[in-house]
Amino acid sequence: MSGVWVVLEERAGRIGRISWEAVAAGQALAQQLGLTVSAVIPGAQTETPAAEAATKAINKVVRLDHALLSPYTPDGFLGALEQFFRAVQPGYVVFPHTYQVRDYAPALAARFGQAFIGDVTGFADGPVFHRQLLQGRLTGTYRPAGNETCFLSVQSGAFRADQLAAGSPPVEVFTPALEATQIRTWSSTPFRAAAQTVDLSTAPVIVSVGRGIKEADNLPLIQELAKALGAELAASRPICDNGWLPIERQVGSSGQTVAPKLYVAVGISGAIQHLVGIKGSQCIVAINKDPDAPIFEAADYGIVGDLFEVVPALIDALKASAT
Amino acid sequence: MKIVVAIKQIPERDAAVRIDAAGAWIDESDMQWGMNESDAYALEEALRLKEAYGGEVIALSAGPERVSSTLREALAKGADRAIHVDAKDLAQRDSLNVAQLLAAAIRPESPDLILTGLQSDDLGYGLTGVLVAELLRLPHASLILHVEKTESGLSVKRELEEGWFQNIELPLPALLTIQSGGNKLRYATLMGIKRAKTKELRNVAASDLGVAPAQTVALERIALPQKQKSTQILTGPAKEAAVALVERLKFEARVL
Ligand SMILES: Cc1cc2nc3c(=O)[nH]c(=O)nc-3n(C[C@H](O)[C@H](O)[C@H](O)COP(=O)(O)OP(=O)(O)OC[C@H]3O[C@@H](n4cnc5c(N)ncnc54)[C@H](O)[C@@H]3O)c2cc1C
Ligand SMILES: Nc1ncnc2c1ncn2[C@@H]1O[C@H](COP(=O)(O)O)[C@@H](O)[C@H]1O
Repeated sequence: MSGVWVVLEERAGRIGRISWEAVAAGQALAQQLGLTVSAVIPGAQTETPAAEAATKAINKVVRLDHALLSPYTPDGFLGALEQFFRAVQPGYVVFPHTYQVRDYAPALAARFGQAFIGDVTGFADGPVFHRQLLQGRLTGTYRPAGNETCFLSVQSGAFRADQLAAGSPPVEVFTPALEATQIRTWSSTPFRAAAQTVDLSTAPVIVSVGRGIKEADNLPLIQELAKALGAELAASRPICDNGWLPIERQVGSSGQTVAPKLYVAVGISGAIQHLVGIKGSQCIVAINKDPDAPIFEAADYGIVGDLFEVVPALIDALKASAT
Repeated sequence: MKIVVAIKQIPERDAAVRIDAAGAWIDESDMQWGMNESDAYALEEALRLKEAYGGEVIALSAGPERVSSTLREALAKGADRAIHVDAKDLAQRDSLNVAQLLAAAIRPESPDLILTGLQSDDLGYGLTGVLVAELLRLPHASLILHVEKTESGLSVKRELEEGWFQNIELPLPALLTIQSGGNKLRYATLMGIKRAKTKELRNVAASDLGVAPAQTVALERIALPQKQKSTQILTGPAKEAAVALVERLKFEARVL
């Protein structure tokens, strides 16, 4: 077994923030276990991101380079990474929990006979790994049973990447054997939906509504609150999925990222995919009837109560304080 | 097209959760159960594909006795038949092992297409679909919002982060994991509910599928998340709490 390996994801020649967080997680894990940490970057032209990775204190950087690894396909990545890790025999493989990783990494672990531990938020002696259950309402502790390779991914924001020590590790190249015929899917270059007419990213005040609102017919209540606050109206994903508000008002990992002065979350539980979109807010207020709702952990101020009582009271209080 | 849809039964969304005495899982007594959200979208997509191209929709769920009610719901919405992998020991199986169970139940059906939800809202692994594809050696695409049949297979729309998308083309047979929001969900009609009672719901014992329980990773303990941030909770009747909040926002946080 040869230490901890981090699989880095490159986008347009750069290494993404969450990949650096995976390096930070890998370093912390390696330190606890007395192992070394190395990095591998799959792709077609990985010189630039490899050079970027080789500025950090890691043991070595490997470019897993093949023309068939761009664009990303699960067959290409699975084939290449399986060959690489069979050769390396790592103790731990750490991934950033991106959409791309969730598309292939669990299958890679399966090829090594292992269950994947996805979306890890932390670890403790053992090691055991923590991850969220029931959309953040509970935390689960997972223990790998044997001494086989352990495959895990880390949640965005769970580890801090801003204090990675500098270094100058060697860069090596590993060329996997891949055939075009192995790749069964074809993918287009990414595109954006129709031009957005609502830009929530610059709104100073946002009132955001979640499934606690129950029905589309109740939305005017939230619109009234937004008006009283001079706020833009936003929503969690289920509200947009139901077609109650247009998708361009969706906040979160698959919607917009916002950074207002004030973000008021009404009837939103606070799933991680929502929270990543509101982290940059200066002040977060949560109104939710469940005192254990994860949104309260992100909030600066909270009111535990039925939104159908609290929101009208809040509208009155705002009006009273304005006069 | 012959389509299998994997559907998981999970605790009803607003149900209170209590940790069981052993701290190993939630207390399931008095729990209300429902269909996992993205699985409802997977079922909807399957029903639409059947309406457009003909074929058969088979709902599949692994779990104890109680999951048959969710399978009946799928039948009421229009699935043609259902398979219940009867297993009381899912907690003694890791995610790979559960995927092996599902794959073993699907294999003899040789469907053209398998749909799963993107993620279960209880365990939240988001990997079972990808694993079933791997185990059945099928091509897959994940986080799919829209499916179209082409001459050679499928063309699908995949969601990426932050409002980006991508089209994927893949041959059949294949597996897709379905993201929520691609279609509008239908309700079961009274007629549908009546008909569901006469549709086939086949029981397969997990022990007959040749997949013994195994765990390379074990869920050892569950707990309430540790609080890290000190949130100011404003208490009292709604009116008082609202007034106090406005005060704080004005004079403490200075955001009004
Ligand atoms: C890949 C992926 C991407 C995703 N992207 C996003 C995204 O971009 N944005 C996003 O928001 N989600 C996203 N999600 C979905 C996310 O996981 C959650 O399912 C979603 O955020 C939940 O929305 P919600 O909080 O409105 O609903 P719920 O989780 O159902 O919460 C409703 C809340 O309302 C409360 N409530 C109910 N009634 C009342 C009442 N009368 N008064 C007060 N409170 C009440 C409940 O206590 C509960 O906390 C994504 C999921 C996946 C898997
Ligand atoms: N016990 C089960 N029975 C049927 N389908 C399941 C089961 N567990 C998971 N699935 C399917 O796999 C998807 C992803 O689940 P998960 O990997 O647990 O997030 C779900 O949305 C279901 O479609």
